[in-house]
Amino acid sequence: MSTLSQRHLLGIKNITAKDIELIFETADNFKEVINRPIKKVPSLRDVTIANIFFENSTRTRLSFELAEKRLSADVVNFSASNSSVKKGETLLDTVNNILAMKVDMVVMRHASVGAPHFLSKHIKANIVNAGDGTHEHPTQALLDTYSIREKLGEVQGKKVAIIGDILHSRVALSNIFALQKLGAKVMVCGPPTLLPKFIGSLGVQVELDVKKALEWCDVANVLRIQLERQQIKYFPSLREYSLYYGITKKILESLKKQIVIMHPGPINRGVELSSDAADSQHSIILDQVENGVAIRMAVLYLLAGATA
Amino acid sequence: MQKKLILDSDLLDITLSRLCEQLIENHGSFENSVILGLQPRGIFLAELIQKRLQELAKVNVPLGYLDATFYRDDFRRRDTPAKASETRVSFVIEGKHVILIDDVLYTGRTVRAALDAMIAFGRPEKVELLVLVDRTHTRDLPIAADYVGKFVNTIESQRVLVELVAQGHKQNRIWLINNKD
Repeated sequence: MSTLSQRHLLGIKNITAKDIELIFETADNFKEVINRPIKKVPSLRDVTIANIFFENSTRTRLSFELAEKRLSADVVNFSASNSSVKKGETLLDTVNNILAMKVDMVVMRHASVGAPHFLSKHIKANIVNAGDGTHEHPTQALLDTYSIREKLGEVQGKKVAIIGDILHSRVALSNIFALQKLGAKVMVCGPPTLLPKFIGSLGVQVELDVKKALEWCDVANVLRIQLERQQIKYFPSLREYSLYYGITKKILESLKKQIVIMHPGPINRGVELSSDAADSQHSIILDQVENGVAIRMAVLYLLAGATA
Repeated sequence: MQKKLILDSDLLDITLSRLCEQLIENHGSFENSVILGLQPRGIFLAELIQKRLQELAKVNVPLGYLDATFYRDDFRRRDTPAKASETRVSFVIEGKHVILIDDVLYTGRTVRAALDAMIAFGRPEKVELLVLVDRTHTRDLPIAADYVGKFVNTIESQRVLVELVAQGHKQNRIWLINNKD
């Protein structure tokens, strides 16, 4: 049947390739919807969704909120910076208080790994993980792989290099799971200090030379250097990083084949990606953003519909 | 499971021609008319009607596919969310004379959802409904078809099955099925 195997979207690790395919097929239909003159459908008319963001976010939160509104859900927003969390309320208390106001679904971002998994054991509402610490960011991985499928026809057999700060990236981990479930080959590339130990045990190739990684891949997913998560220096300077790992149009044009450039945003222009590369015809960065709304609509639709 | 043949291939062919003649009578040159087939099963009938109109009246009426899944009123009232199909409407609906086409008219809820879905593309001048089979006395909503292939008296436990060659069947046939036995 057309239903997900899970009640929550906690991570890509927990879902199956069939689930991902179903989300993609549903997203195809929603992508058509959001390009109509009237972009709103009444599917989630009696559903209330709380967006609980314990960590800053612009794009993901906006994308979720747009997806919810285009499905006609009622939306409440909550951010930790101006809330009782500051007064010492626990996560479970905060969420239970919100649920007591009859909320059906929770979209949550939290700095702690496993926070949504913990919640899923204690509350009844459906939970969508919008990023938990350096662990998973499932909707980002779904929209990334969906964008690859849209651009290249399929994900199966494609070679994808994830380049940059793998150590602090939840996008990287979710992407690795999603790409492998869909049958793609994955390589991670970055300075040794920003690659987690034992990353190879996930079945990915490890490459330190960015030029070689680009020569190998069909798609390069370039990650942001997450300065806010780096308490110690992992590399000497941004200038040196961009010199060794920055991707420019010049490098892309020196390759034997045309590759696709992706970035989950926000871009540090001139650090991991130069402006001329980010704005080139190689880049599908803005397609990723558009697909993000369609993917999130599909996830919310499929999760909300299975609670009957 | 008992199966009873309601319309065989020859009769269905005659019915299709009659429906098209009725359309021609009301639409004349089809200048301002468009066809919308309802997903998933109405689109095959819509294609047949479009083809037949071409043969009979030498007109090429624009054809679109409309999926009403996201507009249904039974979301969260069934175990699993309904699976959507493709919507493809490559023309403007604003001000047009729309012929909605589905295979079977039962409770009328799909048609209600389809009307909502259609409005998302603009405000048509007029909307008509064409169905191959009208199951009488089963409507949940005040909805009636303008063009009907065949009226069939049914009870709730029965099902009407439309088999068309375009859907991969050997012949065009319509069956009445008793689910209970």
